[in-house]
Amino acid sequence: MLLGPGIAWYLGIAAFLFATGALGVLLRRNPLIVLLSLEIMLNGGNLALIAFARHAGNGAGQIFALTVMAVAAAEVCVGLGLVVAINRRRLALDVDQLSELRG
Amino acid sequence: MLAISAGGGLVWAVWVIAGFVCLASGVAVISFSNPFFSALALIGNLGSLAVLYLLLSAQFLAAAQVLVYAGAVMVMFLFVIAYVGPRVDPPWTSGPSWQTVAAAAAAGSIFLEIIVAIGLKAGGRLHHSEHVNGTFGTPGWIGRLLLTDHLLAFEITSIVLLVAAVGGVILGSHTKRATG
Repeated sequence: MLLGPGIAWYLGIAAFLFATGALGVLLRRNPLIVLLSLEIMLNGGNLALIAFARHAGNGAGQIFALTVMAVAAAEVCVGLGLVVAINRRRLALDVDQLSELRG
Repeated sequence: MLAISAGGGLVWAVWVIAGFVCLASGVAVISFSNPFFSALALIGNLGSLAVLYLLLSAQFLAAAQVLVYAGAVMVMFLFVIAYVGPRVDPPWTSGPSWQTVAAAAAAGSIFLEIIVAIGLKAGGRLHHSEHVNGTFGTPGWIGRLLLTDHLLAFEITSIVLLVAAVGGVILGSHTKRATG
């Protein structure tokens, strides 16, 4: 059917996206940008799932990617709720200063 | 169907453009100091990923990506960023601390590990399956699969979304308790 780049090229893009997201999660201190970086990581995983679904000729990978999308929407819902709650309590939006749960 | 008749050169060209936009906007998301611009860059990232999904014959997922992610989720992000207010947080202010170096080393080692694993173990053997017909990835095909073979995943997803919605409401609701 479709010619063009092989599956390994898509996996390379997925790996780069995942590493970029991991770097953002580890490096940034603003919880909003940490959430955005998490989205990049999830999308890297999604791209790998869809590429392997195309490789196997099987729909399970695409269903899994759809489930990951729903889980990402749930994560964004809870994460943004936390950000709004933190902001309402006049706490600093900085993941280094939010250390009150530390035992 | 149009892309099939157009041949491999066009697919390569679209792949190179979409892949470049995808990687560049991904780096832009973690480099901007203003979260508003980061969110806008992530919209570009999600749009170019939808193009890559189309090249992998995942039409329904490409449409869902644009509708759910670039539409609903990112609008929610932009709304919360506007609500919280602009807060500039430059990523490279304090010079190379040990945290920065360790984060870059960890992310780089993850990337290298995946690339080496793909190159060594699977480089020549990963190819597009030939058992793929015209219905692969279409909404009807996905729907049939979702409601027959993967019904449990579908139902569990609905419960996860419900729990997240309840959690979001509880987190966002005003309480009369004394807040510490």
